[in-house]
Amino acid sequence: MRFALAWSSLRRHTTRTLLATLGVAVAAAMLLDMVMMSTGMRESFRELLLSRGFQLRLAPKGTLPFDTDATIKNTSGILTILRTNPAITTVSPVLGGTIQIPRGNRVVTSSALGINPLVQGDYELLAGKDPLADDAIVGNDDFLKATGARIGDTLDIASGYDPELRTYAASRKMVLTGRVRFLYGAADQLATAMRLGTLQQLSGTEHANDASLFMIRIRNDSEVEGVRRWTERMIPGVSGISTATALVQVDQRLSYFRQLAVILGSVSLFVGFLLVTTLVTVSVNERIGEITVMRALGVSRSHIVQQIVMEATALMITGSIAGLGLGLATGHYLNAILSSFPGLPVAINFFLFQPSSAWTALGLLALSGIAAGVYPSFRAASLPIATTLRQDAIA
Amino acid sequence: MTTIEDVHRSDVRRGTPSAAVVEARNLGRDYKFGEESIHALKGVTFDVGEKDYVAVVGPSGCGKSTLLNLLGVVDSPSQGTVRIRGHDVGSMRDREATSFRLHNIGFVFQRFYLMPTLSALENIELPMAEAGKKKGERVARGRELLAYVGLGHRERHRPSQLSGGEQQRVAIARALANNPAILLADEPTGELDAKTGGEVISLFERLNGDGTTIIVVTHDEVLARAAHRRIHMRDGSIVDE
Ligand SMILES: Nc1ncnc2c1ncn2[C@@H]1O[C@H](COP(=O)(O)OP(=O)(O)OP(=O)(O)O)[C@@H](O)[C@H]1O
Ligand SMILES: [Mg+2]
Repeated sequence: MRFALAWSSLRRHTTRTLLATLGVAVAAAMLLDMVMMSTGMRESFRELLLSRGFQLRLAPKGTLPFDTDATIKNTSGILTILRTNPAITTVSPVLGGTIQIPRGNRVVTSSALGINPLVQGDYELLAGKDPLADDAIVGNDDFLKATGARIGDTLDIASGYDPELRTYAASRKMVLTGRVRFLYGAADQLATAMRLGTLQQLSGTEHANDASLFMIRIRNDSEVEGVRRWTERMIPGVSGISTATALVQVDQRLSYFRQLAVILGSVSLFVGFLLVTTLVTVSVNERIGEITVMRALGVSRSHIVQQIVMEATALMITGSIAGLGLGLATGHYLNAILSSFPGLPVAINFFLFQPSSAWTALGLLALSGIAAGVYPSFRAASLPIATTLRQDAIA
Repeated sequence: MTTIEDVHRSDVRRGTPSAAVVEARNLGRDYKFGEESIHALKGVTFDVGEKDYVAVVGPSGCGKSTLLNLLGVVDSPSQGTVRIRGHDVGSMRDREATSFRLHNIGFVFQRFYLMPTLSALENIELPMAEAGKKKGERVARGRELLAYVGLGHRERHRPSQLSGGEQQRVAIARALANNPAILLADEPTGELDAKTGGEVISLFERLNGDGTTIIVVTHDEVLARAAHRRIHMRDGSIVDE
């Protein structure tokens, strides 16, 4: 009966109920997006860092991977040292560089990664083969498009372009063997990969034994911190960055986003709460007479409160469910826009859907729906019956 | 036609045994206005027996509604006591008073006050649902009562689809839903014309004939004459019976 009364009073003002539901949906969508944003970027970074199972990265001291052009010298010596640690299962050195490809009368510039194709963790092969041979190169879609090259084509690859002399420091012919997608690539970025030795040669004699980064897999997660300290001790000039420490850095850089998310999220929750409180207060005031008559007939205070809280909660839940869909859609759309955020890998999601964040948002809203219903209904159910009926009869 | 035996079938008498259903002793009700206070009711004493039919009459403002509110346990006296079926209702706290109203008092208002979103049958079910009766039992008794007030064919209609007289008959059926000890009505014909008012008056006569105790406050001469007893009030006191 209480349910029937709550339902029928929501249906009495269809337009009002629909508008309120829509308002709650918008607030819920905003709240969900903000909750998704505050936890999503971090989670998405973590997934990306761990996607190939490398838990530790070595970068030139005091830098983050690929943050600067600095390199680590003596790669082969470092590899020898790293192989002596039994906790380390895989080491993947990576060198970053830039190459030029003359195509007719223009020159295409692309970034290049020197890797060990057997243990690399930088790209995913989409077609063709890994660059196993010294003269093999793989490129991403943007690279293939810009050069017009296809798998099997032979390309002139040069490096060390001197704009004054219009000469290259080094050049060689290479065969395009595969089409790949780079895990850490930013939007519209031309990128290639080849054997580490090949890129070291192309980069000139002073970089012949350089790497920008070592990616390391460790047998047990529990050993990561120990290995990290061990590498910093054994190899001067490098910083060991575990996923955990990288996330701390990411957190620092993203703290503005998160603060924004928390503030805007609270605002949307508050707006949703105000909306429902206003609506419930208006509808309770309009029904003071009815409520007092129910009290006169012997309906208890708590049942009146329950009925009205039911109304408020129903509004909140319907609105929140609609808001869930709306929030996911807007999150998706915003992700698409933000994926071309400069300097960030495309694979980073600003708005990552996690069921726990949806429940957090929905739970907060349902709670505020209950809170929104309690006060006005309790007040209405506590009015003195005789006096209120008398006033209602006069009004 | 449904008989009152059906209507009173599940009636269970409560409270301590007493000849009178209602005993009002030295009842007073004051309304405070800052320093001043209005004595709306002063030293009112009377009894209402089982199956009585009483009309309370008197000029506007003499305290009739104030008295009825005290008998209906929606207000508390400033002085004196009211006992209904032996229960001292004047001193009850909200929770107890609410439950007492639900099971012992049937209220009929001048303006009917049906729930606009519920059908006629659902309106009658409302107090039964509050009393915890099962759906099947509620519907059966609701139909019985609707038939008794002559509206058996209108159970699915909403108040807005009923005339004033019909709404008042549904409201009377609702007041009877939980087999109350007394039926209280404040100006039940006040919003009705002579014809539909007449229907309500004859319904009251039939109800009383079938054993319902009724106290009605009214300006309506016809209704007052139909009652078996008339209590005349003036300035908050009973002046004549
Ligand atoms: N809540 C209240 N606050 C202040 N005064 C009140 C209140 N209720 C009633 N009164 C006063 O008490 C007196 C009696 O009022 P009451 O409503 O009982 O009269 P009544 O006999 O029912 O009148 P009517 O026939 O016009 O309905 C009046 O003077 C009224 O102004
Ligand atoms: Mg009155």
